[in-house]
Amino acid sequence: MNSINDCRKLEELIVAGFGGQGVLSLGMTLAYAGMVENKEISWMPSYGPEMRGGTANCIVILSDNKISSPILSLFDSAIVLNQPSMDKFAPRVKPGGLLLYESGNIFKPSTRTDIDIIGIPATTEALKMKNAKTMNMIMLGAYLQLKPVVQNDSILEALAKVLPEKYHHLLPINRQALELGEALAKEMKTQLV
Amino acid sequence: MPIDQHVLPETDLIIPACHKEEEDEYEVVYHKPATLVDVNMHYCPGCAHSLVHKLIMEVVEELDIQEKTVGVAPVGCSVFAYDYMDIDMQEAAHGRACAVATGIKRLMPGKYVFTYQGDGDLAAIGIGETLHAINRGENILIVFMNNAVYGMTSGQMAPTTLPGMHTTTSPDGRDVSFYGAPIKVAELMANLPGSFYVTRQAVNSANAVRKTRKALVNAFKYQQLHKGTCLVEIIGNCPSNWKMTPVEAAKFIDEEMVKTFPLGDIKVPNAEDLKIF
Amino acid sequence: MSEFKLMKGNEAMAEAAIQAGCDAYFGYPITPQSEVLEYLAREMPKHNRIVMQAESEVASINMVYGAAGAGFRTMTSSSSPGISLMQEGISYIAGAELPCLIVNVNRAGPGLGTIQPGQGDYFQSTKGGGHGDYKMIVLAPASVQEMADFVFLGFDLADKYRNPVLMLSDGAIGQMMEKVQFKPYTRPEIDKSSWATTGKPKTRNRNYITSLHILPEKMEVHNLKLEEKFKKIRENEVRFEEINTADADYLFVAYGLSARICQKAMDIARQKGIRIGLLRPITLYPYPYQRLRELTAQVKMMLSVELNSGQMVEDVRLGVEGKVPVEFYGRMGGMMPTPEEIVHHLETLIQYHHAN
Repeated sequence: MNSINDCRKLEELIVAGFGGQGVLSLGMTLAYAGMVENKEISWMPSYGPEMRGGTANCIVILSDNKISSPILSLFDSAIVLNQPSMDKFAPRVKPGGLLLYESGNIFKPSTRTDIDIIGIPATTEALKMKNAKTMNMIMLGAYLQLKPVVQNDSILEALAKVLPEKYHHLLPINRQALELGEALAKEMKTQLV
Repeated sequence: MPIDQHVLPETDLIIPACHKEEEDEYEVVYHKPATLVDVNMHYCPGCAHSLVHKLIMEVVEELDIQEKTVGVAPVGCSVFAYDYMDIDMQEAAHGRACAVATGIKRLMPGKYVFTYQGDGDLAAIGIGETLHAINRGENILIVFMNNAVYGMTSGQMAPTTLPGMHTTTSPDGRDVSFYGAPIKVAELMANLPGSFYVTRQAVNSANAVRKTRKALVNAFKYQQLHKGTCLVEIIGNCPSNWKMTPVEAAKFIDEEMVKTFPLGDIKVPNAEDLKIF
Repeated sequence: MSEFKLMKGNEAMAEAAIQAGCDAYFGYPITPQSEVLEYLAREMPKHNRIVMQAESEVASINMVYGAAGAGFRTMTSSSSPGISLMQEGISYIAGAELPCLIVNVNRAGPGLGTIQPGQGDYFQSTKGGGHGDYKMIVLAPASVQEMADFVFLGFDLADKYRNPVLMLSDGAIGQMMEKVQFKPYTRPEIDKSSWATTGKPKTRNRNYITSLHILPEKMEVHNLKLEEKFKKIRENEVRFEEINTADADYLFVAYGLSARICQKAMDIARQKGIRIGLLRPITLYPYPYQRLRELTAQVKMMLSVELNSGQMVEDVRLGVEGKVPVEFYGRMGGMMPTPEEIVHHLETLIQYHHAN
């Protein structure tokens, strides 16, 4: 895995899954947090004609320097939330990179040995919280535990910006989900070592 | 018959004879509106356009709204309308006059905006823009010149060409089973809630001219109400493309055109709306 | 200086329109730029501006004609198929010399094509598009910041030359989010009273907006007047960006999204020891022919990278006048080349030209 210092200078990430899983907002929250920290950022969504369902992904780049291409083929990290995304993006993680996946939706993770592959049961945990939609924030929390590309405070500030004001009553549960994700990842990391 | 008047046979068009004596001795009972540019028009003898141009300019003068009026000319015979009307004007792409007028009126809601369009321009290529402008209730006046034929391109079939009527592109007469029936624009547009005043008039007789003038006065005035679109359809004479003399053309309107396009008001405002006048 | 915002390119463009004092926007929904109409439908009324969803792109562009002809700062935007529908109106606008801003968020074609990004409208944008002899100033943004900046610039250039300005973006730049900052802007005072149709007072002659000059003698005079204007534009408005050209042996030429991808490719190539630079035309009309010609004294080969089958490469060749080889690499159909792919192609070309 690239060092914490490296990932704070430049992180090239892809988030992918089904439409409706919160793929785009996960990426957007991270991008906002990058802006809070005065980083250069780009958030490039795949876009399709369907409003719901289908596949969705976004490329998020956080950098200390001006960003060149917003479109990439290789990534430092990938957060994948369904099997097709695992199949498509696992080979595109740079050696030493991180592949984080939602283990409830993915039955066949990559068998690569040159990258860190970590599964998080985010859907199960989200259902335990009685809000399935927090799954993406659990994944984001886990990701930030493994790749602290931005500070926790920045993420909380970003959440308030990404969530429209009428949903601000959901801020606490999102915060809770982030913390839960962090805890889960910490556990997994210990197991990994 | 009084000797100082020539009455055209079979119509009631009355043209004063030229006075040979010095003008000073006579009271001026008629003059061209000052808002009509003093140039020769390119229209054919007996064409309705020149007459309707004059009527519109008379109304603009009468209502004293030259400073507040913006016209939109079409593509067709009246493409040069801005050469004759002494007001600010825009020349629109073929069929798009109502969209252009929308752009003008929305930015300047206090102005009087009108389009002047023929049947090819309005009822064929531009019926979409026309219908939507009326459906939005744009506060504009649409002057629709319907002579059942493409004039400028010299006599092709129009959407309003009468059944069986011969044109250069319907040499055996308009076949309704092939091309459909003529579109009755006024009736069609009157159905839209956005239309406020819809009438069909003609200019083939002195009486008809008077009624058309009255309709135009009303339609201009109604723009002050911001209640919707006014559509004045005018059955125009086109002797050149109808292959008729001007007199025959005037007669053709009364005898044939009105069967498909009956004259008169189709949609009038209710009295409540007109209280301020 | 105002704070940074995180916005989509399309939203940044819409916000810039408001800040640039755009009086009216007319548009029709089409992916990938529907956010523009949505954003303006929400925000324009707050500023007492006019925003309208027209019944078609044909109607939109003619509403632009009407409002611009009345002297108002007017704009429309669409994506490729919609821009095709507007071409007649754009030709009239150019003929009647009306200032306005048109934005094409380019998707891949032909036909209905796909909603994914493309650069296949280069010829349409720079070589005519509509009928007759006319040119638009064409600005090609490569970032969300430029999507905003070029709205201000575009309106000002349109007013300055009484000519339509086209901002040629693409689906990726329109949909992606980046930081954007809106700089303070003062709209230049322009007197339009000599031509705008605002109603004729007794004190002046009537104004009329037309592109019709039926007498050939008069039409030619009008054409020559337009040509004079385009010449002035060519002399004064060429804009481009150069990166790493000082020591470059090779040169990427790319605009918009392709230029961004080429920057990454350039970084990779330089790590491999290939001294390559990038020339990014910012104005696609007028085109930086002159600068390309100058660079032939220095570089051994140029590679035009585009999201089409090879359109701008013809302009590169025009500029280079055969002095150095000009190659092309492109992807189509909404597919985008990866930086690695471009570098691979570059290496192959260098080997080929070295061998020959």
